[in-house]
Amino acid sequence: MHLFEDIDEPAVVSVSAVALYLKDLLELNDVLQNIWVQGEISNCKTYGSGHCYFTLKEGDAQLHCVFFKNSRLRSSAPNLSDGMAIAVNGRISFYERDGKLQCYVERIRILGEGVLFRRFEQLKARLKAEGLFDEERKRPLPPQPAVIGIVTSPQAAALRDMLRVLNTRYPLARVILSPTLVQGTEAPEAIAEALDLLNEHGEADVIIIGRGGGSIEELWAFNEEVVARAIARSRIPVISGVGHETDFTIADFVADYRASTPTAAAAAAVPNIEDWRADIQEKQRLLVSLIEERLCDLKEQLDYAMRDLQRTSPLSLVERRRQQLDETTERLQTHMQHRLSLHRERLRGMAFRLHSLSPLLTIARGYAVVRRESDQAVVISVQQVQAGDQLTVQVQDGQILVEVRS
Amino acid sequence: LEELAFEEAFAQLEAAITALQDGKLPLERALQYYQEGMKLAQYCNELLQKAELSVQQLRVDGNGTLSLQPFDM
Repeated sequence: MHLFEDIDEPAVVSVSAVALYLKDLLELNDVLQNIWVQGEISNCKTYGSGHCYFTLKEGDAQLHCVFFKNSRLRSSAPNLSDGMAIAVNGRISFYERDGKLQCYVERIRILGEGVLFRRFEQLKARLKAEGLFDEERKRPLPPQPAVIGIVTSPQAAALRDMLRVLNTRYPLARVILSPTLVQGTEAPEAIAEALDLLNEHGEADVIIIGRGGGSIEELWAFNEEVVARAIARSRIPVISGVGHETDFTIADFVADYRASTPTAAAAAAVPNIEDWRADIQEKQRLLVSLIEERLCDLKEQLDYAMRDLQRTSPLSLVERRRQQLDETTERLQTHMQHRLSLHRERLRGMAFRLHSLSPLLTIARGYAVVRRESDQAVVISVQQVQAGDQLTVQVQDGQILVEVRS
Repeated sequence: LEELAFEEAFAQLEAAITALQDGKLPLERALQYYQEGMKLAQYCNELLQKAELSVQQLRVDGNGTLSLQPFDM
């Protein structure tokens, strides 16, 4: 091959040149171009395109596999899932873009269920028979948990996702993280202990147990019996959120609530504060309308009462009486004036008559009034006087003093 | 009021509304419930406004004693 012809003075070559070289190398090998390989399926994903990708595992080795839609249809292959033991037939080549070696599968043969899958099924059947998955065992989640326990790895992206969701939806809560490994041989014991510790501590109202997506091996800890038992004996309700939507673990079956992902678990654990904001606003409006209604009612009642009061009020009687009084006063005045003028007329008539009878008028005609000087008695008879008496004679314009001679 | 947890304040707000819905309540009491309710609603809103998720980590020492420590994300 020309790429490494001059071994003494190696040339610098491009990545694509190496990739192409590897590709050629593999594709020129007859054994690799038609080979059967057996192992257990892991990380199996079928995309919308219909292409299926998985990893074939056996011992410590793994081989990436692609099962294109055409090949699947042509070979009428069954749906593949994690844990299945299969043999694949195809060619092995190098995929330049990802820089990895993979098997392009043409057909498969099912060899039976994988070891992991068999263990999973056995444990599931046993725990189910024990009643650990019973619906009656499932406790309701607290509607407003003040404290949320989380059992997961402190480093995981899943934890950050959960905290983000909790902070957005329900920042009133307090989170207690019980840190644990979530994969590896020590993970099952660690998860169970972390869960037990939260129970011992006792403050959490609900516990989320979970981890982000991964291969079936990476999620395996959540299929172990110790974890299932720890969930079953938890006094605090447990929400599981392990892997992706399609992953089901034993933990999911035992948990009080199974969420499809850690993020979904966080969302299921708490109410949404936004709903509350709307609720509080609604309640404020209700308060205002209730009090307004009440005040309006009372005002109406008051109006009625005032109208009633006016109708029966003594004031109106006073008003009537005042009017009567006015009328009476007026009548009195008229009457009085009438009477007065009547009297005035009579008086004038009398004065006139009096005047006509006055002796002064008689005196004016030449008569006189004679009085005794001593006692001013009017002399109307000779008997009243003697010679020598002094008399006054009153005439029209004065008095004359005279003396009686005989 | 400052010491009420959100849940308690919210429950009291609901209680105030229930009380107000009783039309036979004397006016003075009704006004009291109204003012109290408005204060509670305001308080609940404030709590929601300033709430921030607190995160702690559970630790266990050699003696098996549990303690809470602050956790930095």
